[in-house]
Amino acid sequence: MKKLLLALLIVATVATMGFAQVKRIGVSMPSATHGWMGNANWWATRAKTDWEARDKNVKIELKFSGTVNQQVSDIEDLLVKKVDAIVVFPHDTSVTSVVEKAYEQGVYVVVLDRGVSKEGIYDVYITNDDEAYTRKGMEWLAKQMGFKGNLLLITGIPSPIDTIRTDTIKEVCKKYPNIKILDVQPGDWNKQKSTTVMENYLQKYKQIDAVYTADDDMMLGAMQAYKESGRKDIKFFLGGGCLKSVIKEIMDDSNPLVKADVTYSPSVIATSISYGVIGAKGDKLNPYVYQVRALPRRVILPSELVTKANAKDFYVPEAPF
Amino acid sequence: MSLSPSLKKLDLEKYGSLLALGVLFVLASIVGRPYFLRPENLINVMRQASYTGIIALSMTFVIISGGIDLSVGSLAAFVASCGVLFMNLLVKATGGNETLAIAGGVAVMMGLGLCCGALNGLLITLGKIVPFIVTLGTMSIFRYLSLQMANAGEFASHSQRFGEFGMAKLFAFKAGESSISLPVPVAVLLALAFILSFVLTRTRYGRYLCAVGSNARVAQYSAVRVGRVRFWAYAINGLVIGISAALLAARFNTVSTPNFGLSFEMDAIAAVIIGGTAMAGGRGSVWGTVIGVFMLQIIQNMLNMAGLSPYLQGVVKGVVIIGSVYIQRQKQ
Repeated sequence: MKKLLLALLIVATVATMGFAQVKRIGVSMPSATHGWMGNANWWATRAKTDWEARDKNVKIELKFSGTVNQQVSDIEDLLVKKVDAIVVFPHDTSVTSVVEKAYEQGVYVVVLDRGVSKEGIYDVYITNDDEAYTRKGMEWLAKQMGFKGNLLLITGIPSPIDTIRTDTIKEVCKKYPNIKILDVQPGDWNKQKSTTVMENYLQKYKQIDAVYTADDDMMLGAMQAYKESGRKDIKFFLGGGCLKSVIKEIMDDSNPLVKADVTYSPSVIATSISYGVIGAKGDKLNPYVYQVRALPRRVILPSELVTKANAKDFYVPEAPF
Repeated sequence: MSLSPSLKKLDLEKYGSLLALGVLFVLASIVGRPYFLRPENLINVMRQASYTGIIALSMTFVIISGGIDLSVGSLAAFVASCGVLFMNLLVKATGGNETLAIAGGVAVMMGLGLCCGALNGLLITLGKIVPFIVTLGTMSIFRYLSLQMANAGEFASHSQRFGEFGMAKLFAFKAGESSISLPVPVAVLLALAFILSFVLTRTRYGRYLCAVGSNARVAQYSAVRVGRVRFWAYAINGLVIGISAALLAARFNTVSTPNFGLSFEMDAIAAVIIGGTAMAGGRGSVWGTVIGVFMLQIIQNMLNMAGLSPYLQGVVKGVVIIGSVYIQRQKQ
């Protein structure tokens, strides 16, 4: 009898061990080259900490890479380590073939943002809403300007994402003929470059009402140039991406030039890691989804307008930037 | 003491880097266990090393000649962009004859690579501008030409088979659980190492190259055409970069102009230096560079498998570069 019990116990233990199999999730993303990506790296680390504390059977491995070549190597290394799911924030679409290899090997694949150049080689694609990012911002700015005045744009690095954003701004402005876009110059998502562009703008244009930059980093650079010039004509600066210091200013209402921001959340990587974990475990996203068990194939996270009213929801004091 | 001290020293100098590679391999097996020794991982390591590795081979020639080439990564991006564009044209023109298109595209990459390398060489020899400055300039020129052509975007190839070629293997067979194979880029790396090593050690050009690198004036007095020898070092480098660019473009089946070949120059130079080639020129070995290339990749792979932060991996890489040069300095 004792032996039988012992045998049962062993069987039970083995069975539970079999059920509670460890799921390993590999994450590959660019290393922190600018503020936004620095925040994204921090969010990835946070998702790792949160999930590993929540579930003993989840192991998450983060790989930050400086170049796309390194990223491909990282993904190959993760595949050798036989991860169950892989979350890829691509440097660019050059990762397509290695992502395809992962998918063919049966790894659960989550791809973000800049994406891959082939369909049907991932389980989930997640991105922020580039169109709404500038549409919401521009609508707000137009209203503040009283639907009239001179506007200057400083855009990011010329790229498909940047084109969508800039085109959306121009489209919104078409609705308000009294708003004049004086100039559009790239600031390369770089604070220093944006400062230089703004200095040139200030030399060239005598009456400026508002400046719209493609992100908060560049907005701070442009504002620096404006402050140094000693001019008093600009009433509004708008960036985007919710840099911590900018959100704090909006929350405290401490800067008359900056009253709003638009989210383009770096936490998208943390959300993606959650999708990877849930997908690898074969769980449902939530109890409200009917019938379909698999996760949605394409997820677009909304861009939201941040003003004094809701700023505290987006203020993350622990985040690095 | 059966060995005479001089023989011992000779052995250490000749096989020192090979010994270091062996030690590193054992270390990696321990640190990166249980993944490092898996055949598929070792094949990955070799393939990952091969793209910058191929460039490092010809970079060895340039450094032996007493020069440097900072433009290799940008040059690779430029020739790969032009090659893929030409290939897409050919796919269209021939009505989908992909074999011809791929051959044409690869030929353009190699030919244009040779021309761009020759341009570097001409500016250095005829223009009498120091190599660092010339290649710093062309590094910027080639990169921004590519960005301009693609509007900072990417050129995707229209040939499915080009992508398959990028993942091709010379042979592959199953050994139990794991599959063993020789990827094409690794085969190319080894073949080029044989050829370039032969040129360096067994031909007149190789001897002239060392002579020019160790003392250009003495070489000139000995009736060596110094300018011509140096010119060919850069031209050969360009050609070899073309080969590497073709393999890398095939692997991705696309050329992303801002990222393609980014910081290749640093990895190539580091591999050459670790491999025992003197930065001041005059002496060096192609096989040493091959060892350097594999050492760098093994270090990265081992730390990656151990799960060390990528930022610390960069620190380790820096320490290894300085450390290996320090040891070589002691030997001199």
